[in-house]
Formats: sequence, structure tokens, C-alpha cells
Amino acid sequence: MTDAETPEFMVRAENVHKRFGRTEVLRGVDLAVRPGEVMCVIGPSGSGKSTFLRCVNHLEKIDGGRLWVNGRLVGYRERGGRLYELREKDVARQRREIGMVFQRFNLFPHMTALQNVMEAPVQVKGRGRAEAREQARALLERVGLGDKTGSYPAQLSGGQQQRVAIARALAMEPALMLFDEPTSALDPELVGDVLEVMKRLALDGMTMIVVTHEMGFAREVGDSLVFMDDGAVVEEGNPREVLANPSHPRTQDFLSRVL
Amino acid sequence: MTSLVKDTEPEGRPEIRAVPVRHYGRWVAAALILYVAVWAVYSVAHNERFGWDVMGRYFTADAVLSGIGTTLGLTAIAMVMGVVGGVLLAVMRLSPNPLISGTSWLYIWAFRGTPVLVQILLWGFISALIPRFSIGIPFGPTFADFSANSVITPFVAGCLGLGLNEAAYMAEIVRAGILSVDPGQDEAACALGMSRTKSMRRIVLPQAMRVIIPPTGNETISMLKTSSLVSVIAVADLLYSVQIIYGRTYQTIPLLLLASAWYLVMTSVLTVGQFYLERYFGRGAARRQTMLERLWANLRTARPAGKGTR
Ligand SMILES: Nc1ncnc2c1ncn2[C@@H]1O[C@H](COP(=O)(O)OP(=O)(O)O)[C@@H](O)[C@H]1O
Ligand SMILES: [Mg+2]
Repeated sequence: MTDAETPEFMVRAENVHKRFGRTEVLRGVDLAVRPGEVMCVIGPSGSGKSTFLRCVNHLEKIDGGRLWVNGRLVGYRERGGRLYELREKDVARQRREIGMVFQRFNLFPHMTALQNVMEAPVQVKGRGRAEAREQARALLERVGLGDKTGSYPAQLSGGQQQRVAIARALAMEPALMLFDEPTSALDPELVGDVLEVMKRLALDGMTMIVVTHEMGFAREVGDSLVFMDDGAVVEEGNPREVLANPSHPRTQDFLSRVL
Repeated sequence: MTSLVKDTEPEGRPEIRAVPVRHYGRWVAAALILYVAVWAVYSVAHNERFGWDVMGRYFTADAVLSGIGTTLGLTAIAMVMGVVGGVLLAVMRLSPNPLISGTSWLYIWAFRGTPVLVQILLWGFISALIPRFSIGIPFGPTFADFSANSVITPFVAGCLGLGLNEAAYMAEIVRAGILSVDPGQDEAACALGMSRTKSMRRIVLPQAMRVIIPPTGNETISMLKTSSLVSVIAVADLLYSVQIIYGRTYQTIPLLLLASAWYLVMTSVLTVGQFYLERYFGRGAARRQTMLERLWANLRTARPAGKGTR
């Protein structure tokens, strides 16, 4: 974000298609996220929410449409009206500015919390160990785990692990954070701590796409709410309005089942 | 009821005091085994033909010690070749490029599908196949030229035969290890901007180690014994060294027993080393076994490690 001028949209998807074999999982997704915006995504299981997030940081290749992050095409370069696939190195470079938090945390189990957070800055950004350690300590402090730096993931609760995972993603100083059902694998009493960390992150101005079933979070923190079904965006709007007065019958049906 | 409850029990659980099942059969079996063991030791110790004095005399003879050195050297070099080659082959095998994965498949097919003894013999007689090696550009100028016999000494031939064969076996072990790691780990590493290579080296392989180390320990122990096959191409390892001695003195049995004793000592040391390696790579695992638990588990699962022909 330092080198380029801030683009109008942090994420822009135009008619994004994705197939796995013969099944079409994304059937033309259109959406746009402005810098600093928190977009919450809801929708039934299997509607393509995770797949869309994975396309945004190119863990999956899209089969059609266009997808921009921070003003740049994801995974491709366009020149003279033709698309050129990016090399692995350039894809990796793009991913550095996108942080991702997974439903199942995916912490590195052979590393302590501190080492998990230090790993990418040291290995990817080439930052000095001492500096990275200080930064990691500060980040763990920020997610309320200053006393857990030396713990291995297996020694932490699910909520603590997810907060370490958030700190790990933040360590790369991303311009955009993607959350894929960050609290769905947690015991109910641990959900609050994680949502609290995410809320503070939103207040600090982070651009976020959050796939979640926490309607309270969407209502309170979200700037926009997207309802996805069957691989496409069905309804989008202000979270409070969509949740109170869904206009599309499929949204009404979904909300009546989860609320 | 109250008599069953002891109030000093820390977790307040009632303690059961029952008479344990008496295993009379075990006592009978133990007595029988002890009797047979005493008889065996007695008769072995008093059988002249075992030649205990001969074993004592040669136990630390120079030829035997240098043979042990060669055996250990061969084992170490072959295992390093095996592990490095195995990781390379495994990563190639998992490559999306069909040419690379196919090459790896072909190598494993050839080296695992022929007996290691034949491979050792082929390397030993390589000069009959390729009398001279030269370094240079194929079809172009030559920079250096060697006779095969000066480069591929019997020791080198032994290392090649054992190491290249081992790489094929290690490749399968490493591949199983890599596949055992949750794909989410690689994804998390990629999402942080790591390259495939870096993710493999920093994230996937260290976790695969937990699955790779135990069979690699077994491979090493097995290699220590398999390395004795190089005696067919006259490499002076432990077995070949005692063969030379008994060829002169005709004290065949005592010297073979001597070699066996040394092999046992070496495999025992390796077993202890394996335990510590496993513990190191198991760090961060949810449950840490104590040394005794692990040792006990090892003892129970220990199987004869000989692989026969392969
Ligand atoms: N790697 C894959 N291969 C094949 N099908 C997949 C793969 N990933 C997801 N799918 C399918 O795509 C559909 C959408 O999945 P997903 O994006 O995970 O939905 P959601 O996150 O909304 O529950 C599902 O039907 C799922 O089975
Ligand atoms: Mg999902």
C-alpha cells in the first residue's frame, strides 16, 4: 500500500467463475470491497464462500471473469489485451499483502506461538530475527497472548490458536485480511475473544472479508453484508438492513433458518 | 460401600481393592524358560567348538577394528546418499510436471526391482561396462579422463550399490511422510507468501519427519547389516575382515560369532540414537511419551529387521 496510490477498490470481482471438474462452484460472482471496509459473507454450506476466498489469494485459479486485489489482477498480468499467467514467485509476492485466517487455524504445530508469527517475516520478507521477534511479541500482546509466546499450538485452546493465527497473518502487514469461518471450529465460550480481536482490527481500519455465521458480528462490525447461494451473490447491502429486511426470498429463507 | 471409599484418594474417586487374577500359567512358563536358558548358557560356555578364547583374542584385533570402521563408514555414506536421494526423488515424484515425476518413478522401479546384491556386483565390475570416464561436453571437448578402476574403487562401488538402492526405498518413506502432513499446512504457508520450495523445507518436511524418522532408523539398522554384502566385491568391512582371518586360521565359527557380537553392539547403539531423534522431531506433538513408555513401545513392536533379498 506504500508504493501504489490507494485504489478505489481493495477487492473487485467481475463475473468470477470457478469449476471443480464438471461442477461449477462459482457462477459469476460480482462484488467490490473498498479500502477499510469490512465485508461479511453469509450463505448456506457449499455455496462457494470458501472457494471465493481462496480465489482472492489465488490458492485456486479462476476459470472465468476478472479478479483484482489492491488494483492488480490476481494471478495474471494483462498486456495488449492478453492474459499472461504469473510466475510462482510473483503469485507469492501478491499473497504477501493478503492475510488469510482459516477455519481450522492451520498453525505450524512444530513451532511455538512466537515462531509461528516470526516465520513469514523472516523467511519471506528477509527481516532480521531480533526485529521479527520484537514484532511477533508485540502482535501476540495485541491479540492478548503475550504470556503464551513459548507455547506450542497443541498446548493452546482453539480460541488461543486462532488468535495466534491472526497475529501470524498480521505479521506480514497485509493490506487485506480474509477470514474463513474463523470461529466455526471453536467452543462457544471461546468465540468472543476471537471476535473481539477481529473487531479491534476492523476499528484500526483493516480491510476485511469475513465469512461467518456470527450475525451479531456482521451487524455490529460489518460495513456490508453479502448473501451467497449456489455460487453467486444473491443479495448485498447494509448488514442491519439485510438482516432485518431481507429482500430476496432465498435470503429470507436462509435467515429464517439460522436466526 | 463406605469400606471401598478411601477419603485420602486425591480425586475423590473410590478406590477398588480386589484380589488380582493369579497367572499361574505364567509362573510355570517362566520356570521352564529359565531352566532352558540356564542349560543353553551352560552347554554353550562348555562347548570347546565355540572357541570363546579365540573370540576374546580377536575381539579388538586391528583387522576387526578397521573392518568395523569400514562398515560404519559404508553405512553412514549409504544412508546419507539414501536420505538425500530419497528426499529428492520423493519431491520429484510429487511434482506436477509428468516428466519429473515419471523420471522418479522409473528410478524407483529399476532400483527397487532388482536385488541389491546384483547392483553391488554391477558397480564392482563397472570397468567391464564403462572402462573410462571423461568429464566434458557430450559430443564436444573433453576436460579430464579417468579409468573406471581408479575412480570406482571397491569401497566407492559398495557405497554406490548400497546408497543408490537405499534412495529408492527412502523415496517411498519420504513420500509417505510428506503425504501425511495436512494439506492445510502448505496452504497456510503459501497464503503467507512462501514459495513451494520454502514451504516444503520449512513447514512440510519438518512435520513429515515424525513419520519419516522411525522407518529411517530401521533402514539404518538394516543397512548396517546389509552392508555386509559388499564382502562379495572384496571391500574389507567387518564381515570380510573376519572371513580373511578364518580363511587363514580355520576358526570359522568363533570369528562369525565375533562379527555377530559386534553387529549387535552397533545396532544396539543405533536403537538408542533413534529414540532421541524421534523425541526431537516429535516436539510440539499433543502428547509426549516418557522415555520408558517409548522404550517399552519400541520393545514390543521390535521385529527382526532383516529384509532378506531385495
Ligand atoms: N478442491 C475441491 N475439489 C472439488 N470440489 C470442491 C473442492 N473445494 C470445494 N469443492 C466443492 O465446491 C462447493 C463449494 O464449496 P465451498 O466453497 O467450500 O463452500 P462453502 O465454503 O460455502 O461451504 C462444494 O460443493 C464443495 O464440495
Ligand atoms: Mg467453507
